[in-house]
Amino acid sequence: MLSDKDRIFTNLYGIHDWRLAGARARGDWDGTADILARGRDAIIEEVKASGLRGRGGAGFPTGLKWSFMPKASDGRPSYLVVNADESEPGTCKDRDIIRHDPHKLVEGCLIASFAMGAHQAFIYIRGEYYNEYLHLQAAVDEAREAGLIGPDACGSGWAFDITIHRGGGAYICGEESALLESLEGKKGLPRMKPPFPAAMGVYGCPTTVNNVESISCVSTILRRGAGWFSALGRPKNSGTKLYCISGHVNKPCTVEDELGLPLRDLIERHAGGVRGGWDNLLAVIPGGSSVPMIPKSVCDNVLMDFDSLREAGSSLGTAAVIVMDKSTDLIRAIARISAFYKHESCGQCTPCREGTGWLMRMMNRMSEGRAEFAEIDLMEQITKQLEGHTICMLADAAAWPIQGLLRHFRPVVEQRIADYKARTAPKIAAE
Amino acid sequence: MPKVTVDGIELEVPNGFTVLQAAEAAGKEIPRFCYHDRLSIAGNCRMCLVEIEKMPKPVASCGQPVGEGMVIFTDTEKVRQSRRNVMEFLLINHPLDCPICDQGGECDLQDEAVGYGRDHTRYHENKRAVTDKNFGPLVKTVMTRCIQCTRCVRFLSEVAGVPELGATSRGETMEITNYVERGLTSELSGNIIDLCPVGALTAKPYAFVARTWELRKTDSIDVFDAVGTNIRIDARGSEVLRVLPRINDAVNEEWLADKSRFAIDGLKRKRLDRPWIRQNGKLQPATWDAALSAVVARLNGAEPGRIGAIAGNLCDAESMMALKDLLVGLGSPNFDCRQDGAVLDAGNRALYLFNTTIEGIDEADAVLFVGVDPRREAPVLNARIRRRWVENTGFVAGLIGPYADITYGCTHLGEDGAALRALLDPAHEFTVKLAAAKKPLVIIGQQALARPDGAAVFAACWQIAEAAGALTADWQGFNVLHNAAARVGGLDLGFVPADGGKDVAGMVAGGVDVLWLLGADEIDMAALPPDVFVIYQGHHGDRGAARADIILPGAAYTEKPGTYVNTEGRMQLAQRAIFPPGEAREDWTILRAVSALVSKPLPYDDIEALRQRMGEANPVFASPDTVRRIAPQVGLTPKGDSGQLSDAKFTAAFATYYQTDPISRASPTMAKCVTDILPPAMPAPVQQAAE
Repeated sequence: MLSDKDRIFTNLYGIHDWRLAGARARGDWDGTADILARGRDAIIEEVKASGLRGRGGAGFPTGLKWSFMPKASDGRPSYLVVNADESEPGTCKDRDIIRHDPHKLVEGCLIASFAMGAHQAFIYIRGEYYNEYLHLQAAVDEAREAGLIGPDACGSGWAFDITIHRGGGAYICGEESALLESLEGKKGLPRMKPPFPAAMGVYGCPTTVNNVESISCVSTILRRGAGWFSALGRPKNSGTKLYCISGHVNKPCTVEDELGLPLRDLIERHAGGVRGGWDNLLAVIPGGSSVPMIPKSVCDNVLMDFDSLREAGSSLGTAAVIVMDKSTDLIRAIARISAFYKHESCGQCTPCREGTGWLMRMMNRMSEGRAEFAEIDLMEQITKQLEGHTICMLADAAAWPIQGLLRHFRPVVEQRIADYKARTAPKIAAE
Repeated sequence: MPKVTVDGIELEVPNGFTVLQAAEAAGKEIPRFCYHDRLSIAGNCRMCLVEIEKMPKPVASCGQPVGEGMVIFTDTEKVRQSRRNVMEFLLINHPLDCPICDQGGECDLQDEAVGYGRDHTRYHENKRAVTDKNFGPLVKTVMTRCIQCTRCVRFLSEVAGVPELGATSRGETMEITNYVERGLTSELSGNIIDLCPVGALTAKPYAFVARTWELRKTDSIDVFDAVGTNIRIDARGSEVLRVLPRINDAVNEEWLADKSRFAIDGLKRKRLDRPWIRQNGKLQPATWDAALSAVVARLNGAEPGRIGAIAGNLCDAESMMALKDLLVGLGSPNFDCRQDGAVLDAGNRALYLFNTTIEGIDEADAVLFVGVDPRREAPVLNARIRRRWVENTGFVAGLIGPYADITYGCTHLGEDGAALRALLDPAHEFTVKLAAAKKPLVIIGQQALARPDGAAVFAACWQIAEAAGALTADWQGFNVLHNAAARVGGLDLGFVPADGGKDVAGMVAGGVDVLWLLGADEIDMAALPPDVFVIYQGHHGDRGAARADIILPGAAYTEKPGTYVNTEGRMQLAQRAIFPPGEAREDWTILRAVSALVSKPLPYDDIEALRQRMGEANPVFASPDTVRRIAPQVGLTPKGDSGQLSDAKFTAAFATYYQTDPISRASPTMAKCVTDILPPAMPAPVQQAAE
């Protein structure tokens, strides 16, 4: 259980002032110039040592990512792009950061940009976050007025500015290369890699794309030291994390706690427990709609961090915990998720374009039971045909929920089909 | 040079090669739909997946650069399974209409289905249907067949420079469309038919006409512009059904302009398939005997100095050689191949060729166009210049002449002689840019030369080229861009007035009594005095035939073996695809017959002997498919005087790209293009004041 003194996001619930004065009172923007004075390499080393892993879902070490940026410019500028296109169903952590603690993000942008030699950061915020955008823009303007960013950011001599760009609301634009395309004004189609953004990102220049939460952690890490951060959580899964708990819990919430916290603790302590008690739990999707669900038997003991969930056959993702109690029709739930991924596929790669629709249609029939038993295997094969065969991870995201369903609840699907068959079998008239 | 191993074969490949290219270099075939060598890499069809050691997932080979020591497997079970999977996805929504699809037999999807398709479908949902789009009179769409490879989109935006296609919507509802239901306005739009790996884009005029395996394929050379595009003529029986480009990296790469591809239905209409003689003011059908005797009577009766000949734009070199030899035999010095009256000095090849050569464009970094619209006069060549502009951010282009959207950034410097004169000033902004370029091009068009002060225009351009460093020992950047396929051949053969001879203007003004028009339709027939006896030898009942007193039916370019020299001086041979219709004959044989009847027999009885004669007349004709880049001769100066430059405006070469010659004027498809593909209403941009 995280003690209050170790919280990074001290205004997560918006009870305090989100503006600059309030942020300063909470310790933001304190000695930022001194942090910058440590130099690029020292900052990157500190972030590396903290063990901060990307909070956007993939969990790639943030410091390492920064170190891929060119040390000296070849004439092209470097850019930081912050991914605030938070679209994963179940996830609402970036939203709370931006609306209640935007200065954490703004300050993080400055430090991160400085560390990677960028004078310009772009924050790509999803279009639906209009009020959040207003807060963020206000925070940026305040910071600029106060000289915290601008031609001489915090008096450090580093010229730095932030541009906020509002997206159009496509899920795919949360994929980093599609986000860059969209930022450039094009259709949000993920790019082939290589080249990776650190070599050729937005406008063909070296770019690092980071999640809002990752960037927002940075200032506190540098202020309190890598040792403090890495002491929280578990080895290789250090620090605190924002969890978004939704679904069949008594008190859905976004909460900050250590990584490696048991899932049961998370739900029972912070979210008021599962509706109807822990034994009423059916399954949990632990990391946003794209990751495979885990059944109650796994939920009993699993820890909420990158490696534990991977061992459990799922993923931490964005740590958006979707709780489903025994009243849930799991097949319909997954069918809904399939419909979402079909709707959000960009249409570029063949397997995803054609496969997501196929999966959705099969899932829709499965939810009624209007299918053949053999189609369960077929569907599983199709998910395998999608997984890992496309430019970006959306095809994987479409495949995993179904794989999770079939891995843990195949009998439910079979029963649904059997029921349907029994219900619709032609009645043979008794002689 | 990284070393890679492809299926056990070790090889070294150049830096920057992709895995797909490396596999091809190792002789391995990788199936692909979206990848195309001449387009950017999309990587979206996922058909070219291969396995690479130490990479957990299958990799799209088209977009993966090779690395040192990479071990690539192109034919493992996992790879084959991935391809089968992709094929399954492509086919679930693809209609099963191969039997009625024009792409059948030459369809990439069909071919790959043989290797990687399932024998049955596992997809039991409803199939997707997509509304067909209107891409104009040339390209037929059956969009349900589309596999979203985006080759057409990439071609039009990258190569053609007319970004009129795009994908709307996303996921399985993604559609390729031109947004507005209007025809594609690119002169290269037909190439998307070749690029389309399935039957989504097919040739509209060719719809349901033939199957690929029924066609007889003949290598030939295109005559609709002076680029000398290498083509393949597909014919069935006595009909030419379609024309496709052949690959020749030095000339057309693998593109073909729309007129060359689609004007061929003009070959079946308004044809001259028998001789005609004008009697009582009306053309009457005649026999060859009657027509030839009438011709002979006229030739014998005329004073040799009052006989003249004009060669047209589509003539093969053989017929021009024979006609010239006939005229010389008759003692006439009056022959000219410069129908438009362009002031071209046939005495020196450097003064009438595209000296840089088409391949040489790939080195250029600046260009000045004078009196030429490269997009309409040589679409394929223009695409090559465009590529330089795309590749090279510092590429400078300027145009003097009527404003034209030439598909890339180009400064319109003015449309009259004064604008050209301004460039003679070394301080002129554009002249400075041209001089700063390492390898500048000066490209001068026929319309710039076909004016009373053509020689002065030529001299001015020469001066500009010299001042810009386009005429140095290392770089020959002075170019004449022709728009007639026959022109350079004619100049090479010396089909220009001999000493004391009359040129086109002289002949048309009544300088001759008997005028032999060899496919010449672009002269001002109304200006010919009524008493001039016109012998028209050609294949179409066009302007020349309408004025003719005798018509001798000849062969079109598809119907005779012929030699053509393109604008860069490359001599190429075309084969006969079909025979001429009716009583029409190969042109040189008609001239050979006439020569015997006037008792001045030409010294060749077959085409080999004729070609030998051409080779003697000019060694160019002895070496097919070669082009030499000649370093500028020291001290060579054109005859004109730039001081004589008038302020007259330059004019456009043709009213419309689609109808420029007897064949395209007879083509219903081209007529439809004129009405349907309106030139986009694009006003000339506001000019910044040029000092």
